[in-house]
Amino acid sequence: MQWQLRGDRPIYQQLMEQLTEQIVSGQLLPGDKVPPVRELAAEAGVNPNTMQRALADLEREGLLYTNRTSGRYVTEDKSMIDAVREQIAADRIADFMNSMRQLGFTKEGIVKLLEKSSMGEGNEDANK
Amino acid sequence: MQTNELVVCQGLSKSFGSLKALDNLNLTLERGRFIGLLGPNGSGKSTTIKLLNGLLQPTAGSLTIDGAQPGVHTHEIVSYLPDRPYLNDWMRVCDLLSFFSDFYKNFDQVKANDMLKALQINPMDRLKTMSKGTKEKVQLILVMSRKAQLYLLDEPIAGVDPAARDYILNTILSNYSEDATVLLSTHLIADIERVLDEVLFLKNGVLTLHESVDTIREQHGKSVDMLFREVFAC
Repeated sequence: MQWQLRGDRPIYQQLMEQLTEQIVSGQLLPGDKVPPVRELAAEAGVNPNTMQRALADLEREGLLYTNRTSGRYVTEDKSMIDAVREQIAADRIADFMNSMRQLGFTKEGIVKLLEKSSMGEGNEDANK
Repeated sequence: MQTNELVVCQGLSKSFGSLKALDNLNLTLERGRFIGLLGPNGSGKSTTIKLLNGLLQPTAGSLTIDGAQPGVHTHEIVSYLPDRPYLNDWMRVCDLLSFFSDFYKNFDQVKANDMLKALQINPMDRLKTMSKGTKEKVQLILVMSRKAQLYLLDEPIAGVDPAARDYILNTILSNYSEDATVLLSTHLIADIERVLDEVLFLKNGVLTLHESVDTIREQHGKSVDMLFREVFAC
C-alpha cells in the first residue's frame, strides 16, 4: 500500500480517505481484518495516535467495526460500501466538471470529449 | 500512581547575564506524545532541553518530570541526546554498548544491536573512523535503546541522509512505549511533521504556540513547515 500525504490538510483526514479508497476499491474486502494501528502507522510513516484517530473516525462512520477481543474489521454491510463508492464518484465527477468548465467547455462539449477519449481507451484495449 | 502529566513547567525562566534565554515558560507535556520543539536559531530550544535534564539550573520558576525535580529519579527515566558529539571517539561501538549497559539499567543491548544491524554499522568500528552522519546514528541508537519515559532529542537527524532519516524516524516511532514521550528539536520540519502529535514554537525564549499538527493544518490550511516559515520570516 502506497500512502501519499500532502502538506496542506490534516493528516488524519488523508489517512481516512486512503483507507476508505482501499475499502471501496476492494483491496480490503468486507469482513477483512484491519492490520494493527502500529503496523499501519509504521507503513504510512505517521504517528500511531494519528492513525488511531483515522481508524476511530472510520469506525464512527460505520466503515469499520471493532470486535472487542480480536481487533478491527471492515464492515460486512456491502450496501454501505456501495453508497460510499458512489458518493466518492459523485465528488470526483463534480471536481472534474468544475475544472473542465474553467477551461471553457460546456456540458455537451465535455460529454463529447469523454466519448471520444473513452473510444480511444477501447482501441488501446483492443490493440493489446 | 502515574498521572498522565509527564512534564510540568511553571514560570520556568533562564537568564545568561542580561540575556533571557527562556522567559516564563508554562508548559505541560502528556505521556505517549511525540512533540516537536521548533524555533529559529537562538530561540531557547537547547536551553529548554538542558533545563529538563538538569544540565542547567533555572533562574526562576519550577519544573517537574514524573512528579520529581531533575535529579537521580529523573536521570533514570530521561534519555538525552545532546546537540553535539560527547562520546570518546577512540571507543568502538561495542565498547559503547557495554559502557551504556553499565551506566543505565534500562539499556536494552539486544535492541541496540538490531538497530546497528539494520543501519549496517559494524560494532567493531571506532567512532573516529566514522562519518558525521554515522556517528549521529550510533548516538541516536544508544539513546533510543534505553527504556525511558522521556526522550529529549536535540537535533537528532541533521547530519543524516534522507533514507536513513526515514528509518530513524520509524525507529523512534516504533520504539517508544505507549506511556513515553519524545521531545525533539529540529529545523527539518517538513521531514518530521507527519510523525509529530504536537508542536511547540519558541520565539526569543517565549512559547508562542503549543498545538497539535492536525489542528494547525485544519485552522491554517497549511503545513507546520509553511506556518513556521511565515511566523519566523526574516
